[in-house]
Amino acid sequence: MADKKIIRKSSLGELFKKIRSDGKRILAPVDRGGKILFEYVDSPGSIAPDYIQTTLSAKDTLLPRCEEMLRFRTEQKSVYLEESLNRPEPTLIFGVRPCDARSIAVLNAVYLINYTDDIYRQKIDTTTIVGVSCAKCDEYCFCTSVGGSPGDTAGSDMLLTQMDNDIYLAEILTDKGKAIAALAPELFAEGGDVDKNKHCADVPVRFDVKDLSKRLPGVFEDPVWIAQSLRCIGCGTCSYVCPACTCFDIQDETDGNRGVRLRCWDSCGFAQFTLHTSGHNPREVQSQRWRQRIMHKFSYQPDQLDVIGCVGCGRCSRTCPVDMNILQHITDILEVH
Amino acid sequence: MQDKIRQRAKELLAGGAVSVVIGYGEGSGNRVRAIFIQKPEDADRLILDDRCLQNLAVYLPKHEVRALGKPAIVARVPVLRSIQQLVYEQQLKEGDIAVIGVSDDGQVLDFPDLKSVGDFVSKIPLTLTPDEQAALKKLEAMSREERWNFWLEEMSNCIKCYACRASCPMCYCERCTVDCNQPQWISVPAHALGSLEWHIMRAMHLAGRCVNCGDCTRACPVKIPLALLNQRIIADIVDNFGEKAEYALAAFKPDDTEDFIR
Repeated sequence: MADKKIIRKSSLGELFKKIRSDGKRILAPVDRGGKILFEYVDSPGSIAPDYIQTTLSAKDTLLPRCEEMLRFRTEQKSVYLEESLNRPEPTLIFGVRPCDARSIAVLNAVYLINYTDDIYRQKIDTTTIVGVSCAKCDEYCFCTSVGGSPGDTAGSDMLLTQMDNDIYLAEILTDKGKAIAALAPELFAEGGDVDKNKHCADVPVRFDVKDLSKRLPGVFEDPVWIAQSLRCIGCGTCSYVCPACTCFDIQDETDGNRGVRLRCWDSCGFAQFTLHTSGHNPREVQSQRWRQRIMHKFSYQPDQLDVIGCVGCGRCSRTCPVDMNILQHITDILEVH
Repeated sequence: MQDKIRQRAKELLAGGAVSVVIGYGEGSGNRVRAIFIQKPEDADRLILDDRCLQNLAVYLPKHEVRALGKPAIVARVPVLRSIQQLVYEQQLKEGDIAVIGVSDDGQVLDFPDLKSVGDFVSKIPLTLTPDEQAALKKLEAMSREERWNFWLEEMSNCIKCYACRASCPMCYCERCTVDCNQPQWISVPAHALGSLEWHIMRAMHLAGRCVNCGDCTRACPVKIPLALLNQRIIADIVDNFGEKAEYALAAFKPDDTEDFIR
């Protein structure tokens, strides 16, 4: 049971100071000319005052767009590993939306179950998530259709819900959340026994995700995939703005006899994504790649990892240069008989 | 105008001249999207208004669009320019497509062949708008260091989703240089150097070919003003070769007066 307190908005500055003195850097949403990006901040004054969703998700911190896996040097015919410089810094991410916080369960399922990815584990271990509930949503949001909600606590160590101009409900959810509250217990007051739902956005349920997962294998060969993706231009925007997309590519960069191996985001939208060295590509055309995106999130991941690979943040639809709207496409797929 | 486009699309489809019409239709919310009309009775879904900016020529080489059969394409001036350039680069030939042209003043244009498309757009100089020129002036007024920092900061947001490349009708290479790794010509990861190298390379590859449709900038999820790079090159071409110089950086003439080119 979460410990529920209240904290004043005007106290956040003090809390941020304590978090910084504790040795954590703070990432928070900042408005950069219409883009809302997670950037390092020292005080809550820098935080974007009004936004529905950040342009990129907090994934970039836990699973960066490119990051060092190892360093090496070659001498004659031998290769030697050198110490990696990729060390996680203790980080607190403030202002993560509940959908994005929920996506951490997807990242964990891929990077911690079956095989423990040390680079990711170290990042997760040293990162604290302070979520902020959504008071507003837009037509692209569908968190409630995939198990989440605008005040969902999953994935957050502490979740703040704005009750009025100056008061946040603070739900302290995990040991990491407790540790943050313990930095300044005087800022967290009693009075958290309130109904937060009336302060959260109303996101209607748009489809039955269990039904979708059940029906997807049956429509694998349906022409619906071609019809939907004719206008898809095959970029990776949907995957890269997605908080729950986890695919990566590995690149070596060398300088003389020294090199770095990097893990970089990859996207099933790209023609080369599954291109074999033989020249054969099992997903030769865009409709097969588009189908893979939907199947992976709503069929394969629920089957194999017991997690839905989509949190309903709506970024892919908002950002798509050619208006591929995932919600509309899912609704259409459910109408295929 | 919209009615004329629908009428033309119906005629082309009903008469069997084309199998599909690539145009604009209503999308989600207040957005528009590319639609692919295959039956005359569906032609009434076609629209054309100020929101219809995507350069539809990007779909002409796409495998699954080609599989639908011969297309007609709704083409405003930037799309017409793209068609002209694609013909010049031997990516399109007479008979491949039909064109439902739309002039800047909203007239629906009939083009009997692709040569007439080229003849039409050749008469419209590729110049920058006053706003585009002002944006370039602002950049040029910066010191070298300021300009370098401006671009470094913009490029630091790049996530290498390649929406710029995917949205561009001139980026039709089946295998882009950035996808080659033996040898690896440019740095692939989306770090500062990799992103900068990518965008400089892309701008140079588009020099003299870019039609300034603006799709790269519109497609960019992190709003990098990529078109500035291409517009600067267009301005240079206008300054050096005149407003009507087509294929200025792509044409090879055996009698060129410059020695180095031979």
